[in-house]
Parts: sequence; structure tokens; C-alpha cells
Amino acid sequence: MSWSVRAVLGWSALAFAVVGPIAIAATSEYLAYRSWIYIAAGFAGIAAMALLLLQPLLAAGYLPGLSMRDGRKIHRWVGTTLVAAIIAHVAGLWLTSPPDVIDALLFDSPTPFSAWGVVAMWALFAAASLALLRRKLRISPPIWRFAHTALATVVVVGSVVHAVLIEGPMGTVSKFVLCILVLAALGKALTDLRSWAVLRRMGSRL
Amino acid sequence: MAHPLLNRRTLLVASATFGGALVTSGASGLFTPARAQGLAPTQSMRGGSNNYRPGAPIVERIGNGGFWMSGRVRRAGDGAPLEGIRIQIWAHTTEAYERDPESHGATLTGPDGTFRLEMPQIVPAFGQAHGHLAYDDPEFETVFLRPIMSSPKDTSLSADFVLQPA
Repeated sequence: MSWSVRAVLGWSALAFAVVGPIAIAATSEYLAYRSWIYIAAGFAGIAAMALLLLQPLLAAGYLPGLSMRDGRKIHRWVGTTLVAAIIAHVAGLWLTSPPDVIDALLFDSPTPFSAWGVVAMWALFAAASLALLRRKLRISPPIWRFAHTALATVVVVGSVVHAVLIEGPMGTVSKFVLCILVLAALGKALTDLRSWAVLRRMGSRL
Repeated sequence: MAHPLLNRRTLLVASATFGGALVTSGASGLFTPARAQGLAPTQSMRGGSNNYRPGAPIVERIGNGGFWMSGRVRRAGDGAPLEGIRIQIWAHTTEAYERDPESHGATLTGPDGTFRLEMPQIVPAFGQAHGHLAYDDPEFETVFLRPIMSSPKDTSLSADFVLQPA
């Protein structure tokens, strides 16, 4: 495999987009006032946001030098890591302040950001379950793909609003840039893969 | 970047205004006949009682101070200032967590119904920089407040109580 300039640039930009926001958050003054569990919980969330950028790129085969097959394989691994990161995020917050997390999970929180996060979490678990049960469920591939991408869209939109509304260790600029990149990657993959086309076909059959 | 495209505060203010309007119209619809003329009692805020510690001691100052929490306590209906009312205050600060006992302290209102307690600087936790205040004694109905700071750089925060006799 020869590495073209384009590939090197692409991967460097991606590495920068993923590592940058995490590195900037690591310099936040707020960390001094937090226990390691709370810090770890926060960074699990930031890492999940950064990993979210990879998912549409991998699913749609945009990453230079990666075959579609390898891309999908890595997509599954990143998806598994995302689920683990979100479980760590919620568990760490729970240990830090149980009543705040219970309020959030019950949609009884005074702060709207947590509701967006909880919706994104359930959509992530649903998208992952769908991937896990892909063969067992015997759903036709176009319908499976539509359901998975619809759930992924909820994950992305929910996570972006969640992150934007939070006042925490993430840098404002790097957070907005990461959020815009995640939305753009999802938008590009959605328009290219057109997973909703199955709906039109189903509609015309009625 | 001084003015991000989508400022979280604008969103919060917008949602708070919307939510506040709903709460106000809802509450007035429900309670108008009983207290048409009087000052309506303060309702507890959602999440207000999180990490509350009943019986936190009355203190001169919480920790090393540097931040001021203040407010006024009045009686529902006639709006008379209430003296000697115990208000508990707690928050996630530069010194300790919201749930840590040393983050909690209580103070009493003066003759004009106001209270003021120095505490360590509040820092953002669970999404926003916020404080907690509670009135939880037998004389009046319990009220838990959770005001949000308009900026994490603020060095004071205030919240008022209108208490309903129990």
C-alpha cells in the first residue's frame, strides 16, 4: 500500500480533529477541582464525541487507504468502544453525583443538556444492538441499514446538542469545530449512502 | 472566539424563558382563585434538593470564602420580610464537591429578611455553574432552589424565597 500525499494529509487532519479537543480539554482549569473519577467520566464523553467523527467516515469508506471491508470492520470496533465509553461516562458521573444522574436518566433534570445526552445514549445502545443482532433478526439489508443510520443520526444530533450546552473542560472553539465536523461527516455519509431510499421503494409498492 | 455561532447561553436563556412562561401560566391558572392579590410562594426548582444534607450547621463562612451567596426571604401573601429563617447553601466549589459535608453551611436571615453567606468560588459541575439553597424547617413549606450562574466567572449569586406557612 503506497501512501499518497492526500492520504497522509487526510489521516493527519483526522488525528488532529480527534486528539485536539481531548488535548485542549486536558489543560482546563476545572480539572483541578474534580476527582479522578469525575475527570475520567468527562473524558470518556469527550473521547466518545471524537470517536463519533470516525463512524460515518468508516461506514461510507471515506478514509484513504482503507477498503470498504476494513472500514466496516473498524466501524464495528469503534462502535463497541463508543458503547464502552458512554457506559464509563454515565457510571463515572453516577459515582460523582448519584442524584444528578438519576434526574438525567429519568428526564427530570433541570438542565436540558442532560436529556439530549440520555436520548443519544439510548439511540447508541439501540444502533449497537441492531448491529449485534444483524444476522439473528433477519431484517432485509436496506431496512437494517435505514434503521441503523436513523439511530446514528439521533446519536449524532443528540450528542452535539448535549456537548454544545455543557459548560465544562472542553475548549469552546475545539468543541464547536469537532461538533461541526461530526455533523458534516454524518451529512456527507447520509447523502451518499441514501439509506432512506428504501422508504421510497416501499412506498411505491403500496 | 468571543461570539460562537451558537452560544449555549442564548439557548439556555431561550429555553428558560420558554419554560418559565409555561410554568408561570400553568401555575397562575391553577392557583389564581386562592391567592389573587398576594405574593405567590416560590416553587422548588427541579434538582434543587440534590446532595442536600439535612441539619448542616450554621457557619460564619463556608471554607475559605471568596464568593457570596445572597438573597431575601419573604412571607407568601403579604410579602413581609422574615427574620431568623435558616437557609442552607451548598455547591461544587474550588474547595470541595457538592456532596462533601464541608461544602454545606447554613445562615440566618436578618430583620429585613436578607441573608448573605461567603463560600468558596463555585465552579461548573454537571454542565453548568450552579448553587443550591434550601429552606427546610417546620414553620413554612420546604423550598429547594438551584440557581444557575450567568457566567462561571461570577463571584456572587443570589436567590430569593417566598415561603408559604406550613
